[in-house]
Amino acid sequence: MEGLTLSDAEQKYYSDLFSYCDIESTKKVVVNGRVLELFRAAQLPNDVVLQIMELCGATRLGYFGRSQFYIALKLVAVAQSGFPLRVESINTVKDLPLPRFVASKNEQESRHAASFSSDSENQGSYSGVIPPPPGRGQVKKGPGSHDAVQPRASADQQEPASPVVSPQQSPPTSPHTWRKHNRHPSGGNSERPLAGPGPFWSPFGDTQSGSSAGDAVWSGHSPPPPQENWVSFADTPPTSTLLTMHPASVQDQTTVRTVASATTANEIRRQSSSYDDPWKITDEQRQYYVNQFKTIQPDLNGLIPGSAAKEFFTKSKLPILELSHIWELSDFDKDGALTLDEFCAAFHLVVARKNGYDLPEKLPESLMPKLIDLEDSADVGDQPGEVGYSGSPAEAPPSKSPSMPSLNQTWPELNQSSEQWETFSERSSSSQTLTQFDSNIAPADPDTAIVHPVPIRMTPSKIHMQEMELRRGSSDHTNPTSPLLMKTSDLSEENKINSSVKFPSGNTVADGYSSSDSFPSDPEQIGSNVTRQRSHSGTSPDNTAPPPPPPRPQPSHSRSSSLDMNRTFAVTTGQQQAGVVAHPPAVPPRPQPSQAPGPSVHRPVDADGLITHTSTSPQQIPEQPNFADFSQFEVFAASNVTEEQDSEAEKHPEVLPTEKASDPTTSLRIAQADGKIEEKTAASVPANVSKGTTPLAPPPKPVRRRLKSEDELRPDVDEHTQKTGVLAAVLASQPSIPRSVGKDKKAIQASIRRNKETNTVLARLNSELQQQLKDVLEERISLEVQLEQLRPFSHL
Amino acid sequence: MDRVCVCVLPMSSLRPNYPLYIRSTPTENELKFHYMVHTSLDVVDEKISAMGKALVDQRELYLGLLYPTEDYKVYGYVTNSKVKFVMVVDSSNTALRDNEIRSMFRKLHNSYTDVMCNPFYNPGDRIQSRAFDNMVTSMMIQVC
Repeated sequence: MEGLTLSDAEQKYYSDLFSYCDIESTKKVVVNGRVLELFRAAQLPNDVVLQIMELCGATRLGYFGRSQFYIALKLVAVAQSGFPLRVESINTVKDLPLPRFVASKNEQESRHAASFSSDSENQGSYSGVIPPPPGRGQVKKGPGSHDAVQPRASADQQEPASPVVSPQQSPPTSPHTWRKHNRHPSGGNSERPLAGPGPFWSPFGDTQSGSSAGDAVWSGHSPPPPQENWVSFADTPPTSTLLTMHPASVQDQTTVRTVASATTANEIRRQSSSYDDPWKITDEQRQYYVNQFKTIQPDLNGLIPGSAAKEFFTKSKLPILELSHIWELSDFDKDGALTLDEFCAAFHLVVARKNGYDLPEKLPESLMPKLIDLEDSADVGDQPGEVGYSGSPAEAPPSKSPSMPSLNQTWPELNQSSEQWETFSERSSSSQTLTQFDSNIAPADPDTAIVHPVPIRMTPSKIHMQEMELRRGSSDHTNPTSPLLMKTSDLSEENKINSSVKFPSGNTVADGYSSSDSFPSDPEQIGSNVTRQRSHSGTSPDNTAPPPPPPRPQPSHSRSSSLDMNRTFAVTTGQQQAGVVAHPPAVPPRPQPSQAPGPSVHRPVDADGLITHTSTSPQQIPEQPNFADFSQFEVFAASNVTEEQDSEAEKHPEVLPTEKASDPTTSLRIAQADGKIEEKTAASVPANVSKGTTPLAPPPKPVRRRLKSEDELRPDVDEHTQKTGVLAAVLASQPSIPRSVGKDKKAIQASIRRNKETNTVLARLNSELQQQLKDVLEERISLEVQLEQLRPFSHL
Repeated sequence: MDRVCVCVLPMSSLRPNYPLYIRSTPTENELKFHYMVHTSLDVVDEKISAMGKALVDQRELYLGLLYPTEDYKVYGYVTNSKVKFVMVVDSSNTALRDNEIRSMFRKLHNSYTDVMCNPFYNPGDRIQSRAFDNMVTSMMIQVC
């Protein structure tokens, strides 16, 4: 079977016909009465029919598969147009009119009669006897109503089949069941549920016979308004013997939820046209739902409490599990109560389920409660057109579906505005119902990258709070957090987290818990968070513009773990202002004399070793904060015990100012690190005393780590960094880059960049120096060994 | 291989500490997870009784206590209504930090309340909500 290309109209038409013929919905049409009838109605000579069947392969297969059926129909059209029947002709003949099926008059009449009678049986045939739709030509019906087809065929052929075309396989059998009673399948023409000219309800046709059983089910009420027919909860569960509804299986035609008054509904639908989806609620249905709602809750804007809803829906005799699922789907705001929209959605789902539709995993678009719940509820019954929950009543139906996703995108935002969502501020529960728009909406799940810069506060709890709020902001659920976020972003300049690494843990759903709980967040962890973040910001020079630096005398510092830094900065701020203008660390000149690295190397060595000198440590600690202060080097120098150091130590103060930045910076760093080490390893100090060179091993490690973190720190503490103050002295001889004291962003950024460059240079220097240090140590060790070896000789 | 287990246990008088929901990935060795959860319940209870007022608590149970051999971490969480959530994760999963665990528990709690809000749900039933399942699945996938 070669490929068959069908135009849209043809496609629709054929699928209608197919579903019509496909009584058992097995996707194969056995050559049965309907098919024969159909072909007969094509008014083609028998041999042509036979030929067609042969050509399409049905005779070979013994049945009409969908493709065979389509081919057959196309061949019918071909034949009817007078073209020779050939297999090739199905594709080559362009602009083929749709095949016409003419029914005999008798059939026609009988159908009419049947449909009318069936309708009259219907309660209140919804608008009395179904008036023939005005523009008959528009709606398509199952192949059954050949008569209808014929007059319409021509019209249909021209029009792209009405958008409202009944589905083939997913017939809204519900209307049948809604028909309360045993309407009767009018004789053999069960295919035609409605008036001959009536709509092209293939589903009806198919299900009519089946539906009678279904009808019996809804026996409960009698005569009441059509709406009541739909569902009578008080009765035995319906037999959903009807064709399974596959809402998703609709091709280009979509199921239109039909009401028994299919014609009127059809008319309406036809007029409104639109891309229907199987879950749309028709007006009548909606009216019915609204009425039911009123019986429980007279106020249309009110809520139905869960218990009442439970009782109500339990009457439908669906299994509790399914009702539970329906509830989950329809209670959009998860408040345990149903608004009118939610109720209608729930009701609709119940009806669908009873009719054999499978429950969707997620709430279908058309059932979503309108975004503007309260205002629109009044308009519910008034809209003549398709009601579908478009959320924007003014929206033209055809554009409804495409716009739905966008509307639902705004749902999260609107959620906040709707008062019904007040209780919701803490939850991101909409994530589940909105997941069908995954492609459109960033999942409400806050696992998405957090883009907001996160200022870190000093206090651990506050830091945590901000983390929470950050995440909350990203989940865009709560209003209160966003202003807070905005506020907090202005605060500390730290961690302008440009990369989204910041909170590797940052996938929390911020919710009310965060504000109410007392987080025993450990400062260390947060500190590490902070440092990690900082590391990122430090290593990526191309970060987006950092927020403006915080005011200088800042009581809190982002480095939660380094309380000392506060003092450091606080003190150095003053100090710096004393004399040295904070210079961005320009590339420090390399050490001038080769000797300079020597002493500098030793100095750090001694500095490390000196840490162990408890006597000096107290001195160092207070001096520690003097980040920029070279007096600490003097201290070191002064406390240098090693003889070889003395001379050099004295040189230090002189050397320092002239030395290229590496030394002071490294020593400074080490000093700083030492300071930190002191903070942390006060206990190990005595231990260190005993070890001579060994302290070097551990200290370098923390030193290096601290160094690294300090490296990162540097850009952050740029403004008031006093490490730059250190360099300032060094830089005194260098062309100092004028730094605007005012918060000139560009200057700051430039200075940051320079600082970073300096950092890298210094780091390199540092590593080189460390290497030298190691070498020197090795030398020393070897010398000592030699000494030992020689010692016995000395005694001799 | 990352293993995670999530369990919800109510404090019902009828069937105390009967899990309303327990799910683990991968699914083998599920009994082992069940066992671990049960053993950790003692610790949870102890902590509950220890704390006076702050009932909503997120604690961490380091597996060092329970299973010295395997490195699992068992986390617990208790709601105001004494519903316990227990989560067992692989220690090799070092990427999981305390905050993440907290957030996971929060999500669990949220979904649990959603389930509770459903009038068709009888407290004490096993949780069969698809939404809850989906949430837990997504969480576990995220962890693993």
